[in-house]
Amino acid sequence: MAHFIGYAIPGIPYGCTYAIVAVGLVLTYQATGVFNFAFGAQAYTSAFVYTKLVQDDGLPIWLAFIISVVVLAPLLGLIFDRYLFRKIPNTNTTAKLVTGIALFVGIPALLPVLFGSANQYNSPSILFNPDTVYFRVANTPINGIYLSSVVITAVVLIALVILMRFTNLGLQMRGAVESRRLVQLDGVNSGRVIAIAWAVSSFMAGLAGVLLAPIYGQLQSQDYATLLVAAFAAAAWATLRSMPIAALVGILMGVADTVLQGYLPASSAWSAAVLPSLPFIVLVAALLLVPGMRQLHDDEDPMASVDPPPPPTVADTRAPQLGRVIRILWYVLLAGFIVSMLSWIPQNWESVFNSGLAFSAIFLSITLITGMGGQLSLAQATLAGVGAFTAAELANHIGLNYLAGAVVGALLAAVVAVVLALASLRLRGLGLALMTIAAAMFFDNSVFTQIGQSNGHALTVQAKWVGLGILNANGHALFVLSMIVLLVCVLGVTLVKKGTTGRYLTAMRGSETAAAGIGINLTWQRILIFALSGVVAGIGGTILTIQQQSVNPEQFNYQLSLAFVVIVVTTGVGSIEGAIQAGMGFVVVQQLLTYLPARYGGSGLTFVLFAFGALTYAAHPEGVLEFQKRRWTMRFERLIFRDRSSTDDPGSPDGRDDGATAGVRAPLGPRSVDGSYAGVATPDGGISS
Amino acid sequence: MRRHLRSRSPAPATRKGVPAAGSLVSVAGVTKSFGGIAAVRDVSFTIESGESVGLVGPNGAGKTTLFNCICGQLRPDDGTITLGATVLDGLPTYQRARLGIGRTYQRVEVFSDMTVREHLLVAERARGAEGRLWRDLCNRASPTAAELARVAEILELIGIADRAEIPVSALGLGSCRLVELARALVADPIVLLADEPSSGLDVTETQELAHVLRALQRERGMTVLLVEHDLQMVADVVDRTIVMDLGAVIAHGTFDEVMADPTVRHAYLGISG
Amino acid sequence: MSGPSSPAAALVDANGATGVDAPALEVEHVSAAYGPYRALFDVSFAVPAGSITALLGSNGAGKSTVARVVSGLVASTAGKIKLGGTDLTGKPAYRIARAGMAHVPEGRAIFGNLTVEENLVMAFRQRAGRRRVPESLERAYQAFPVLGERRKQAGGTLSGGQQRLLSLAKVLVVPPRVLVADELSLGLAPVVIEAVYNGLREINRAGTALLVVEQQVDRALDLASEAVILEHGGVAFAGPAAQALAAMEGVLAGRGTRPQP
Repeated sequence: MAHFIGYAIPGIPYGCTYAIVAVGLVLTYQATGVFNFAFGAQAYTSAFVYTKLVQDDGLPIWLAFIISVVVLAPLLGLIFDRYLFRKIPNTNTTAKLVTGIALFVGIPALLPVLFGSANQYNSPSILFNPDTVYFRVANTPINGIYLSSVVITAVVLIALVILMRFTNLGLQMRGAVESRRLVQLDGVNSGRVIAIAWAVSSFMAGLAGVLLAPIYGQLQSQDYATLLVAAFAAAAWATLRSMPIAALVGILMGVADTVLQGYLPASSAWSAAVLPSLPFIVLVAALLLVPGMRQLHDDEDPMASVDPPPPPTVADTRAPQLGRVIRILWYVLLAGFIVSMLSWIPQNWESVFNSGLAFSAIFLSITLITGMGGQLSLAQATLAGVGAFTAAELANHIGLNYLAGAVVGALLAAVVAVVLALASLRLRGLGLALMTIAAAMFFDNSVFTQIGQSNGHALTVQAKWVGLGILNANGHALFVLSMIVLLVCVLGVTLVKKGTTGRYLTAMRGSETAAAGIGINLTWQRILIFALSGVVAGIGGTILTIQQQSVNPEQFNYQLSLAFVVIVVTTGVGSIEGAIQAGMGFVVVQQLLTYLPARYGGSGLTFVLFAFGALTYAAHPEGVLEFQKRRWTMRFERLIFRDRSSTDDPGSPDGRDDGATAGVRAPLGPRSVDGSYAGVATPDGGISS
Repeated sequence: MRRHLRSRSPAPATRKGVPAAGSLVSVAGVTKSFGGIAAVRDVSFTIESGESVGLVGPNGAGKTTLFNCICGQLRPDDGTITLGATVLDGLPTYQRARLGIGRTYQRVEVFSDMTVREHLLVAERARGAEGRLWRDLCNRASPTAAELARVAEILELIGIADRAEIPVSALGLGSCRLVELARALVADPIVLLADEPSSGLDVTETQELAHVLRALQRERGMTVLLVEHDLQMVADVVDRTIVMDLGAVIAHGTFDEVMADPTVRHAYLGISG
Repeated sequence: MSGPSSPAAALVDANGATGVDAPALEVEHVSAAYGPYRALFDVSFAVPAGSITALLGSNGAGKSTVARVVSGLVASTAGKIKLGGTDLTGKPAYRIARAGMAHVPEGRAIFGNLTVEENLVMAFRQRAGRRRVPESLERAYQAFPVLGERRKQAGGTLSGGQQRLLSLAKVLVVPPRVLVADELSLGLAPVVIEAVYNGLREINRAGTALLVVEQQVDRALDLASEAVILEHGGVAFAGPAAQALAAMEGVLAGRGTRPQP
């Protein structure tokens, strides 16, 4: 027993950190209807600013606290509400999720760009001194960190339960989340109530961030992200409803972690593999076992029929002639790209474009599952990693040719995807997103890291594994391989998209009810699209590792899974062009940013740019880039057919007007049509859009 | 119709309480509750082949719930539904659709990203079996000449051939209801369930739709179960009317008979006497 | 439930400052649409102060849309809405509610995740003010004992009829200036409907003008003094309730031979 207590007590501060964030998540969900993926990022922002103000600008702690937590945090929440979430109908789960994920990816990347990227250490504590041991319990020293976390968790939990259960504002919040319209009929200004809810929950996030900062030696956004996902598990067991249950599960998870650590042999594979993924196992268990998580979207707004149907997107129809012109342009661009890659493009840019081709393949898997299947999966980098690690391990241990291994890896990725599909058959929207992110973190923490560590962190892809002399420095072999693989993937996805499967999936996105009503087996189609997506992701992952000549857990971590979604959503999740633009855009932007001062370089600003694009998802679900393209294509089309219309109606005053603008815009037209974004062409112009 | 019954139905089911064959559709003792409130209570009726039956009643009488039970979107708490010799209980929606139950929806359910012709093509493909992935990958999934001909025939029959290439998102509600009807007909249903097809339509559109339904029923012998509030349309289209109120059948007979029934006048029209 | 001298009635008097001259509710040339779907075309009628007006019509005629436009849930695309002579066109729904309008929407119009008591408190805080909440709760439970028995129960677990009583209790205890009741009798057993209608009479006696949307024609006309009949988004009849039955029969009978638009 003494052993047990000795093991359990060190887990309490960690458990409290899970608890405090889980409670914050439940609060946001209960008060605004948004499952706030940005919660961890908001906490990090306040912690970052707070630490910076104290350490770099020498402000007193209390002033830094007021600025970062009392002012900045609620302000951030109000901005999110006013400019992002208020515009999204409460029933549009996907848009709420994508917006949250964009913030999750964008904010931590933006902060170093704004304030410099120096890592920060030893954030000052505002309550207790972390280094002082105040007293001992069962021989365990209780220092300031323990006290801070326990006291703060208790205070926050009590305050929030009082707010939500016993105040008029809490009552109005709980009503407004159920139906923004119905509370209005009771004379409640629902807009104001929701804004206050955002301010309060964001204040919570800021408070949590600043209070937790001293617990981590170094202030890193990853810690807050991981903490957030662990908190998902606690929130899920509470069905996103009960704050005390969320807190309790959070604390239990922290305790279970250290207790297991104590009892399991330190060096066993169990403790190495299971412990880091404990929160994700708890999350998956909640998704499978808690019935409420399957019915999250069942209690819909009783007044939903009052909302008008969503506005139609910009028309996606072009004149046949223009379609032909665009298709020819794509082929010309493809040919030009291939010739250029084989002739004059410098080595460093060639490898940039090569990795763009590999990323394009991975992003195609998102086109399949999200664009065609209509399911938001947050595990696509993981599926790519399954392919890559399988091929590498097979080559490493049994000497299987890497390309043959890629096929096995792709199939294994498909198996993992099918298991995911089966596990989440009854989940939609948020439930599915949580299930996939749990899978991503499980592989990230337990599988990939284990394989990586057993091989000395990263596996070097050796020339003999690949064969064909691809890794020999004879120039273009890598390009030829990547190009062929991508073209095969594009061809396959194109065929599936315009084939029966693609049409069934289009029908299911339009109406699952009616799709089943004409005889489509929804379950089978869903499993099929998960499997296909796994295959394509797995292939893309192996090609990427051949190019980079190493297999590395960091290439496939869960943050990348989220970032990938943000990138593809920006360029257009519905089309094959979108995936290629995403792949090429991602690497080209990254490369271009290396020419800027170091502070802006790296992937940070790239993620910020794409995150900004993804924030427009609610307004442009077809992708903001795709939206602009369609707009320009329409203008271009009008320009071409201006001649005919002006012969039809020569007296039209509009004719002259158009002519004037045409003179200005003509040079822009072709540039936007032929895909200058990606610098690469695909032969699918006529099909995908 | 008979051909499909034979070719599609699995071996005659031998489950308990199956009513004797004869009726095309048989609903026996169906009950469905939501959270303790009975939406449909012990409803039984049969529909003969080629017959057109109207199902009327005030809002909340349980008509759409009953429809959803027949189509498989809801599992009834009790009772048995058969189509021909096949017991439908426990079968998922898509299998019932393939067995020959076609339906339209009260709140229009169309595939927003498709043109009218694509709607019909996908329904034509889905009536058989799953698409085979290898066919997709061999680029052999394009509509066959037979499929195109059949779709063209239905477009002509419903009178929307002129709108075939228009995306449904650009169509009005009236056209969308016709598209739903055409989509259901493409699958060559044994019985067509139409859920308030006139709701939200104006006078002309309602008449257009009634005309189509009449033609289907009288000229092609289509079996129809129609839920409708527009009594004129019911009178025009149906052979027999079933009236529901508060989840139970309160009257059945010819349209004129049930409309003369004082219970019906009270419950449905809200007029006593 | 509450006599003429009850605090609730006094509240109504305080609100009804504009006097009896102006109709409680005026709808002038209102059109409305749900996105591309047009639902109302140039609808005009008035609800006289203290009267009961029945809003009748077949399914899809636009009755519920009128109710939603009047309470501000759906914005009108043209026309004016006046409450006691004050123009409230385009105001948010909560403003219109505070100005004395109560709307009981059709279907499930309560908060399923909140308890019965919380549902009531939410309404009474705004309508009666913080101090009168306990007293109003007391009166609500007196009027509807079944709600008192279930005060700690989540609204979503109530039966359809009890939910309807709850949404009615929210407005009955503190009578508003105008009450729009949308299909209150829908799917209810006759006994419950009787109770609901008695409640409506009660609230009317306390000074509230009623706009009652109904499918049950004779029941509604029995209650109302005025009637408006909608047909395909427009007004087909507006006048005394006594003449409405004939008009309604005419609308029903004339369905096949309606004039073409």
